[in-house]
Amino acid sequence: MAITVPRPKLNWRERLYMPAIVAGLAITFKHFKNMLLGRTKVTMQYPEQKWDSSLPDHYRGAPALVRDEDGRVRCVACQLCEFICPPRAIKIVSGEIPSKDRFAKVEKYPEAFDIDMIRCIFCGMCEEVCPEQAIFLRKDYAITGFTRADMVHHKEKLLEIGGVMHGVVLKWNEKK
Amino acid sequence: MDSFFIITSLLKIIGILFVVILPMVSYAVYAERRVSAFIQDRLGPNRVGPAGLFQPIADMFKLLLKEDFTPRAANTFYYWLAPCLAVMPAIITIAVVPFGSTLFGVPMVIADVNVGILFVFAIASLGVYGIVIGGWASNSKYPFLGGIRSSAQMLSYELSLGLAVVPVFMVVGNLQLTSVVRYQIAHGWFIAAFVGDWINPWKWLLAVPMIISFFVFMIAIFAETNRLPFDLPEAEQELAGGYNTEFSSMKFALYFLGEYAAMITGSAVVVTLFFGGWHFPGIPDGSHGWIFGLINIAVFFTKVTVVIFFFMWIRWTLPRFRYDQLMRLGWLFFFEIALVNIFLVAAILPFIRP
Repeated sequence: MAITVPRPKLNWRERLYMPAIVAGLAITFKHFKNMLLGRTKVTMQYPEQKWDSSLPDHYRGAPALVRDEDGRVRCVACQLCEFICPPRAIKIVSGEIPSKDRFAKVEKYPEAFDIDMIRCIFCGMCEEVCPEQAIFLRKDYAITGFTRADMVHHKEKLLEIGGVMHGVVLKWNEKK
Repeated sequence: MDSFFIITSLLKIIGILFVVILPMVSYAVYAERRVSAFIQDRLGPNRVGPAGLFQPIADMFKLLLKEDFTPRAANTFYYWLAPCLAVMPAIITIAVVPFGSTLFGVPMVIADVNVGILFVFAIASLGVYGIVIGGWASNSKYPFLGGIRSSAQMLSYELSLGLAVVPVFMVVGNLQLTSVVRYQIAHGWFIAAFVGDWINPWKWLLAVPMIISFFVFMIAIFAETNRLPFDLPEAEQELAGGYNTEFSSMKFALYFLGEYAAMITGSAVVVTLFFGGWHFPGIPDGSHGWIFGLINIAVFFTKVTVVIFFFMWIRWTLPRFRYDQLMRLGWLFFFEIALVNIFLVAAILPFIRP
């Protein structure tokens, strides 16, 4: 069934269109003037101004490995994050800690820990699954590189982003 | 033909083309982007150089370095010819527009021909060939539709464009653009002709048809230069860019250049016909010293800039007309208004001629 949409009847002033056009010009000029005088503040000038300070605590940026208070890489190379990672961005090569080492009872450490930031989707599942609280999503979001190889974060880079985390997992202390 | 005339003409051509028009075109593109941005509460290009002022140079390099692609199905000869045809008329037209009084005794108009405005119309209407041929030669449906629209639009508006300015030349008495300016200096600008002889009530009455004339001419110029609200040939949303869809690199840049050059020329003609050309009340002409000659030129281009701003302001305020609405406006309203306007001026004219 066809529905006829009634067109509004315009009076002669509306049919001239000029008042409406002038009103429109006035509105656009008001915007132009306010912008010119710097009264409108909408755009953030990105590289100079950043909204890093207003990022929420739960912001999920680049994943990073952390060290504990003793300077040990917290990761024990259990490979749970490698397993859970939906886009399979994480590659871990585990190594054995020699028996004379201070942390010999930890047994394993990551020899290589690569996260391919082209594949990473910042889902935070690695952080969620980690039993050692060794991997965290930090607030870095501007991850750039010229080649695909540049975009792979190696262990050093991950530790550099991560830094030291004073955390709750203290089970590897000598005292325990 | 003495050598002095040839040398000064060459200097004027080079000066006006390379020092004024081409930089003005590139900065009109920049201004368009900034003005549109400001109207929409954005910032626009502000990165290259102070406040983005070197953006046109960056744009130019980008366009020069892009691949100049010719579609296989295109008609190569006309495909190459069309962008040139789009630029040429706009630049040629500026030749007859007086852009200043005199500088060291040399009149500041490249060719002061006595058919002035006829030359402007004759050449400016060639601009449509660039679009029609470009649309046809691309051998693609959207550019073709753009070309068809352009020719239809041109047919609807050329008439009212020509008829709208007839009153001006009826009052002045000849077609030379310099004499239009001279008349306006003596009797006041046509848009507000109250300078001198202001006791005569018929002179006041003349303002009515002059404003109608200005109004119709301005709208026709919008259609002539393919600017919004009449940019049907290049309607991005409907025709994917219209006649310039298949063009790339410098060919596309030439179309862009042509559009903005046409806008500048159109503004220059509007300024000459209705806003007193290079005249500003209280500033003497170039015969009183070269400094005044320079000021006259500056006044002219300031006025042109204001009119160009108006062009942009309109563009970012009004939506595009529908195709049939445009034809209807052209044939049923502005043509008649311009025609009646001529009779109106003819009726007033006997009372103001001394």
